[in-house]
Amino acid sequence: MKTTLTFFALGVAVFGMTTANAQEAPLVADVSENLVAITSGFTGKEVLLFGATDGPGDIAIVVKGPARELTLRKKDRMGPIWVNADAVTFRDVPSFYRIASSRPLEEFAPPNLLSRFQIGTENLRLEPADESVTVAPEQLAEYRKALVRLKTSDQLYDEGLGSVNTTSNRLFRTRILFPSNVPTGTYFVEVYLFRNGTVAAAEIVPFNISKIGFGADVFDFAHNFGAIYGILAIALAAAAGWAASAAFRRT
Amino acid sequence: MEIYLPIAEISVNVFLILGMGAAVGFLSGMFGVGGGFLITPILVFIGVPPPVAVGTGANEIVATSVSGVITQLRRGNVDLRMGAVLTVGGFIGSGLGVWIFSLLKDLGQIDLVIGLCYVVFLSIIGALMAWESMPSVIRRRIGAPPAAPHTRGPGRHTWIHGLPFKMRFHKSKLFISAIVPLTLGFLVGILAAIMGVGGGFIMVPAMIYILGMPTQVAIGTSLFQIIFVTANTTFLQATVNQSVDAVLAMLLLVGGVIGAQFGSRAAVKLPGEQLRFLLALLVLGMAVKLAADLAITPSELFSFAGVVK
Repeated sequence: MKTTLTFFALGVAVFGMTTANAQEAPLVADVSENLVAITSGFTGKEVLLFGATDGPGDIAIVVKGPARELTLRKKDRMGPIWVNADAVTFRDVPSFYRIASSRPLEEFAPPNLLSRFQIGTENLRLEPADESVTVAPEQLAEYRKALVRLKTSDQLYDEGLGSVNTTSNRLFRTRILFPSNVPTGTYFVEVYLFRNGTVAAAEIVPFNISKIGFGADVFDFAHNFGAIYGILAIALAAAAGWAASAAFRRT
Repeated sequence: MEIYLPIAEISVNVFLILGMGAAVGFLSGMFGVGGGFLITPILVFIGVPPPVAVGTGANEIVATSVSGVITQLRRGNVDLRMGAVLTVGGFIGSGLGVWIFSLLKDLGQIDLVIGLCYVVFLSIIGALMAWESMPSVIRRRIGAPPAAPHTRGPGRHTWIHGLPFKMRFHKSKLFISAIVPLTLGFLVGILAAIMGVGGGFIMVPAMIYILGMPTQVAIGTSLFQIIFVTANTTFLQATVNQSVDAVLAMLLLVGGVIGAQFGSRAAVKLPGEQLRFLLALLVLGMAVKLAADLAITPSELFSFAGVVK
């Protein structure tokens, strides 16, 4: 739902700002790969995002992984040990998040637009999934900060700003690095063209990250046919144990 | 060389996993233990999610115990009747254990319970082993002759021998109530499922000191019943929690079964008590480390619950 809303907001923004030269497509963008495959040898992947504008302007790029519900637990001291005590579940949390821009954001983008388009981790709208449970605002802020911090330490978020290279005010490109623990699903790269403190044009490039090949088959099999998977795992282990014993007896 | 683990969902170095499997296999072959109580915490340490470490650990122990039990069968050290009774108890216990595991996972307390179980049992086992092997290590140091063998074993009579449903176990030289091994199998089965271990490190001392079985038969029979309990745990973890990473398990057991063969050969040539004392120190060291992890104020108070798929 949130994705649809974002699209709608973007549509309104772009429509409102680019009616004058809509036919000329002020902004085009694409990625070097529409499908990033996680194979058995997957150790991460770099994807090139590139595009062109119809003139000078600043580029801001937001990469978002599939939105998911995410529960965050907080430890508390109980006697001599630390145990998980409270928890908050957030809805529509991007599983992956990166931003990049051609210049530091504050030099060309007003804070209200950064907030509206959720550019920067501090502008992410992270709301509790269960609206009936009231969480104190300062507590919620603490959980939000922790969410970003944990995602950052997992290399899934980056609070820093990547750089977008521009050529002769027309062409731009940037590299997006996906680590080996990248979540699978549909990703969206949102590209914003800023001019005179407003969004002059915006473009969304979707692409997929999915498990392919042996690893994917194993995962699907384990989740769809748990019982057969379990029996096979046991049989393989028993056979390996027997084989080792037999091999070492002869030598 | 990196490989992506499909269930654990991380990339690991193949040679690191093979080496870890071989090292733990060597130790388990040397000391006659399954090695699950070593492999599961190590997997967690390299970044495997704890539920996957537990499920995969159980799968790997199936292989090492099959490999071990074949040797023990050849030497006539397996009491099949005792093994069968323990296995029945173990099946019920591991079934309950996997259910508890799933419940604790939903409550967000599984990591804590796994940690606490390890601290408690590693401390007890480490202390017992250190206590037992210390005198002979000291005697060896000062050059005294070895002590007479323990008088514990078959023949003692306690309240246990008054229980009903008596069965005769020939290999174990016992005539006791079936309730005792059934209960023992059941309790160890629960722990095996929660901790991702075979439970040999609890089972063997219990068989020697509580049931009064001869040491060699206790080791062989324990290995025999561990196969079935860990197979049951693997099956249930795979169906209930989808937390068995077969790719990780295969890598571990390739190293593990080879390491175990070398370990059991090395054990013949090396002084036993000193080795047991060293293993006791290793086990106690791990218990202290895990206890510290639970008690020291964590640098990060927050953590993610399992990702909702």
